Amino acid sequence: MSTFDTVADIIAETCDIPRDSIKPESHAIDDLGIDSLAFLDIAFAIDKKFGIKLPLEEWTQEVNEGKVKAEEYFKLSNLAAKIDQLVAAKAA
Amino acid sequence: MRLEYFDMIDSVAGFDRPGARLMAHARTPKESPVFEGHFPGHPLVPGVLLTETMAQASGYLILALNGLARMPFLAGVEKAKFRAFVGPETDLVIDAALLHDGSGYSVTKASIAVAGKRICDAELMFREMPLPDDLRGLMKARAGQIGLPVEVK
Repeated sequence: MSTFDTVADIIAETCDIPRDSIKPESHAIDDLGIDSLAFLDIAFAIDKKFGIKLPLEEWTQEVNEGKVKAEEYFKLSNLAAKIDQLVAAKAA
Repeated sequence: MRLEYFDMIDSVAGFDRPGARLMAHARTPKESPVFEGHFPGHPLVPGVLLTETMAQASGYLILALNGLARMPFLAGVEKAKFRAFVGPETDLVIDAALLHDGSGYSVTKASIAVAGKRICDAELMFREMPLPDDLRGLMKARAGQIGLPVEVK
């Protein structure tokens, strides 16, 4: 199973969103309506599943300061890529 | 315990920093306005206040681990079970253990036991935010009152 599929399953289960409506191009906030509190549940599930620690605070700060666009982290294909990077960094 | 003030923890009985675990004691009061309504003639500690007790023990655990740098706010309650009634003048032993130290959030597993028997437990999520200086002073004083060992960062 791809990282995207795993994340999509987590979002579907955690937020009660139909799985088939969750696409790689979906934006977690703008398209799926996931709020910051619900995203904590998703982050917890992702952290547990992949054995990583999503740097949510760092990402949020970068977005709030306008240094990075939100889709860099919250578009699901990009989120999956970030997870892969964190998993690879942990294994290195 | 002073239920009506949400003052739930009487003392910290143990803090295991490497194991990220805290044990606390509390004794339910003989009388409280809470008991007058819940329920008249049949005083019981509401489950929501048992949850608050587990949350406060977890919160003190997180504060001790982060050196009063960040304030944990209850953000989620999962898998809460209430297995027995709790009345006035009951000694509670509260146990809180850190399940996960996330980025900007923490998850704990907490329980309360009476006379060695677990009467409730839950998995609790906390959002962590910078602790305002004025609140840090209050929390430091409170930590001293209940015997929470804190190394302020």
